[in-house]
Amino acid sequence: MDFLRPTTLAEALRAKADNPDAVPIAGGTDVMVELNFDKRRPKALLDLNQVPELATWTEDDETLVLGASVPYATIIRRFADIAPGLAMASRTVGSPQIRNRGTVGGNLGSASPAGDAHPALLAVNATVDLASVRGSRSVGIHEFFTGPKRSVLEPDELIVAVRVPVATGPQQFAKVGTRNAMVIAVCSFGVALHPKTGSVGTGIGSAGPTPLRAEDAQLYLAAELEGRWNDPKPLPDNVLREFGQLVGAAASPIDDVRGTADYRRHALSVLARRTLAWAWQDYSSGRWAA
Amino acid sequence: MRVNVEVNGKQRTADDVWEGESLLYVLRERLGLPGAKNACEQGECGSCTVYLDGVPVCSCLVAAGQTEGRSVRTVEGLADGDKLDPVQAAFVAEGAVQCGFCTPGLIVAAHDLIARTPNPSDAEIREALAGNLCRCTGYEKIMDAVRTAAAAAGGGQ
Repeated sequence: MDFLRPTTLAEALRAKADNPDAVPIAGGTDVMVELNFDKRRPKALLDLNQVPELATWTEDDETLVLGASVPYATIIRRFADIAPGLAMASRTVGSPQIRNRGTVGGNLGSASPAGDAHPALLAVNATVDLASVRGSRSVGIHEFFTGPKRSVLEPDELIVAVRVPVATGPQQFAKVGTRNAMVIAVCSFGVALHPKTGSVGTGIGSAGPTPLRAEDAQLYLAAELEGRWNDPKPLPDNVLREFGQLVGAAASPIDDVRGTADYRRHALSVLARRTLAWAWQDYSSGRWAA
Repeated sequence: MRVNVEVNGKQRTADDVWEGESLLYVLRERLGLPGAKNACEQGECGSCTVYLDGVPVCSCLVAAGQTEGRSVRTVEGLADGDKLDPVQAAFVAEGAVQCGFCTPGLIVAAHDLIARTPNPSDAEIREALAGNLCRCTGYEKIMDAVRTAAAAAGGGQ
């Protein structure tokens, strides 16, 4: 096995082009588990910890451009105000030790349907920046995942950053698991309200071959919220329930060791109802100007 | 491959390191530092917790090659000679140790908590130790030890 240690992004892209079988490693919280358990023997590891371009971020009024190797701990500490959904999801990742190492870039690279960052990124229509020696491209998050643990990433490409639109309304994230720390989601859900455009974003995790959006639920809720943005009273119970039903219906879960498909659908409808109620309560506080 | 890494303030070199090897393996099997324990090897139990550049991590999930030129501090590096670190002393005083396997990881995690949050609430202690499993104590004595260590650290100022 080779251990490749680039110190610039250009070197990293060159190394990936020359060694398309090399497995990128940043926080190691997925890759090392596979190595420790003999599940994977890659020809090479491509260490991204010494690539400064991936460890930084920029932010302006509209977008947070988050380097692929920024750890969850940093997202929680610094971006809870501009990326609240992603920060909430980050708080549910693993344990403090895991959040100190694990990265959104790695979450995307693994492309697990259960990745905690994915529902939050789907709900805000984030964009993934990919690069190779051939050039750069940006892919919408809803087009990024192609199957369980599969994505559009080409063998010579690296995930460079994720572009997260700055929140203009309330966002929520919740997941179901057997305990608070160190749990792979049985199912998870993220919701983002966008008062400026009158639209709604959603993301479903761990209840389909890829992370999903609940598009019917988004359209339903956007229509229901029309006319309510300027006078936010508590949402009627039937609206919360219908939203939950539509989210549950959008999932395509399977039975597995963590839960049954029926349970996942039901739990998602509950999570959707609750997170919407929290988000609307937050909006009603007047913190988010319409 | 060869890995050069500062461990507990000393420059160390490990040879014949397999490229997929973890930092934990290098510490225990190549550098003679068995304090960090090998249990789950998947970041679930926290018994291998060490500082990497001052940040607590599961050493089983760090590739040894990633530590080249960086700084590691293990549980062996907390005491000052024969004088235990206040967190270690508190674990002894409160009887927070039964089989002892989880103790090194818990001590490093608690050490980091108290350094960052001098007067932690119970909720903050539980959150900080959420990645460290203990199957003996039921955690109550560990909670006592962290409260005692925090009080000792605050009382020393």
